[in-house]
Amino acid sequence: MKSNNVHGEGSPGVVEPLLMDEDIIVIEHVYKSFGKTPALVDASLRVKRGEVCLIFGPSGGGKSTLLRCINHLEKPDGGTIIVDGIPVSHARTNIDLVRAEVGMVFQLFNLFPHLTVLGNVTIAQEKVRGRPKKEAERIARELLERVGIPEKADAYPGQLSGGQKQRVAIARALAMNPKIMLFDEPTSALDAEMIKEVLDVMLDLAKEGMTMVVVSHEMGFAKAAADCMVFVDGGRVIEEGSPEEIFSNPKEDRTKQFLSQILE
Amino acid sequence: MAVATEMEKPESKLVPWTARLEKMPWWALILVLLGVLIAYFIYTKPTYQDAFLFLISGVRLTILVSLVSFALSLVLGLILGLGRVSKDVVFYTISSVYVEVVRGIPILVLLIYFAYVVTPVALQLLNALGTVILQNLAFGPLVRLAEYLANLNIQNVDMLVRAIMGLAFAYAAFEAEVFRAGIQSIERGQMEAARSLGMSYFQGMRYIILPQAIRRVLPPLGNDFIGLLKDSSLISVLAVRELTHLGKLNRARTFQTFETWNTVAFLYLILTLSLSVLVKVMERRMSFEE
Repeated sequence: MKSNNVHGEGSPGVVEPLLMDEDIIVIEHVYKSFGKTPALVDASLRVKRGEVCLIFGPSGGGKSTLLRCINHLEKPDGGTIIVDGIPVSHARTNIDLVRAEVGMVFQLFNLFPHLTVLGNVTIAQEKVRGRPKKEAERIARELLERVGIPEKADAYPGQLSGGQKQRVAIARALAMNPKIMLFDEPTSALDAEMIKEVLDVMLDLAKEGMTMVVVSHEMGFAKAAADCMVFVDGGRVIEEGSPEEIFSNPKEDRTKQFLSQILE
Repeated sequence: MAVATEMEKPESKLVPWTARLEKMPWWALILVLLGVLIAYFIYTKPTYQDAFLFLISGVRLTILVSLVSFALSLVLGLILGLGRVSKDVVFYTISSVYVEVVRGIPILVLLIYFAYVVTPVALQLLNALGTVILQNLAFGPLVRLAEYLANLNIQNVDMLVRAIMGLAFAYAAFEAEVFRAGIQSIERGQMEAARSLGMSYFQGMRYIILPQAIRRVLPPLGNDFIGLLKDSSLISVLAVRELTHLGKLNRARTFQTFETWNTVAFLYLILTLSLSVLVKVMERRMSFEE
């Protein structure tokens, strides 16, 4: 298993990768509750390398929790999550090393307001990857070029529009050369005219073969880029299938009902 | 930055001219006049001049004490504040006990307690430690240190040092709460974003949370510095020759009660008012950067 690089050689206590290498994310029987409210109930999900997976469902249904379990921002109460061969909830796993390989984009951007755009994109490269400042800045400028805002390198996040902020957030995550990108409702906090500029960046990423897990209701994006769609409600994975299956022929009534509501 | 655009309203003829008087900053004028008056006294009256010259060395010591103990309290307060937001039970508990105990005791009592109870006990402990080292593992450079520790005498610890430490320990509890509030005021998403990039908790604190939190708590920190400067008058009970203590001495020396305490109050006011101007300037500087 070449993917087992986070632990290095001979690290004890590492569970052997349970599954075929092509499943870069494996979530099995995961439970999570906040106080007495169950957020995830026996949720299971697999994402293949290079796949774009779209998670959708009503709010409060557990989509974001499921996503946040993947990089351990939420610690599941039970079940197994394996990311690129590493069991993320295992006591001996250094979660920081896993997270460095998994980029995340948040609904509210969460840019660092005290740093410039360039600083936002370079800080983790320098402090986590240990890249020299020059190199980190070169990479950051390339990425800003790629997301279409090279001229904003020296601006502070407070001076950007929502769409620009989210594109910086994507660049910040990409700067770590992640193997997986997680998107937590990346366009929900944006004005309508800015949604496209963010989706375009995401579409490009998908075309380049990035493994992506996206929590979103952007069905246009789903049709254009998703390889699989997952309907989550009440903390359960209700249905899973290709976009064609989900859109034309959903198996579960709950899925049908929800789709008819959002596809007016 | 939303100041410059405000248009000046045309003066209405209907408003009586006395209305403008109400808008004058009379308080500032009164302060300045009082200051000028006392400065005039100090300049012209021999009794005031005498008091001023006697007290001025106390001002120097007051500033020294305030600066050093505030710096120490910031360091200790930051550590304690990190403890107050830590998930580590031991770290959190130690910090919380410290903060609750120290905040609950009057500073005057704390200063006396630190100078006359904590210091002697600490010295005895150091003496014992030195003796033990001498008897058991005395070799090389350790002997020097052990001998020094074993022979430490309570008279080696200057009252000034005890006073500075006492003030620092007392104010560390306040600073801890200021830092805790500052850290907790930063949105949760900031730490999540830092962690999602692979930073450790410590790195997230160091590079993301603290730079923002410290900027936010500058005003309360400035207030606390002014508060500490005023509370430094309390160390006069330890016979440290700072401003207030010299005030007492001068009164006893000359029996010029009015002149002495007018000058003492005047000197404190100059210190605190110029500090608060300084704090305001600093706040404005920091807020422009974003």
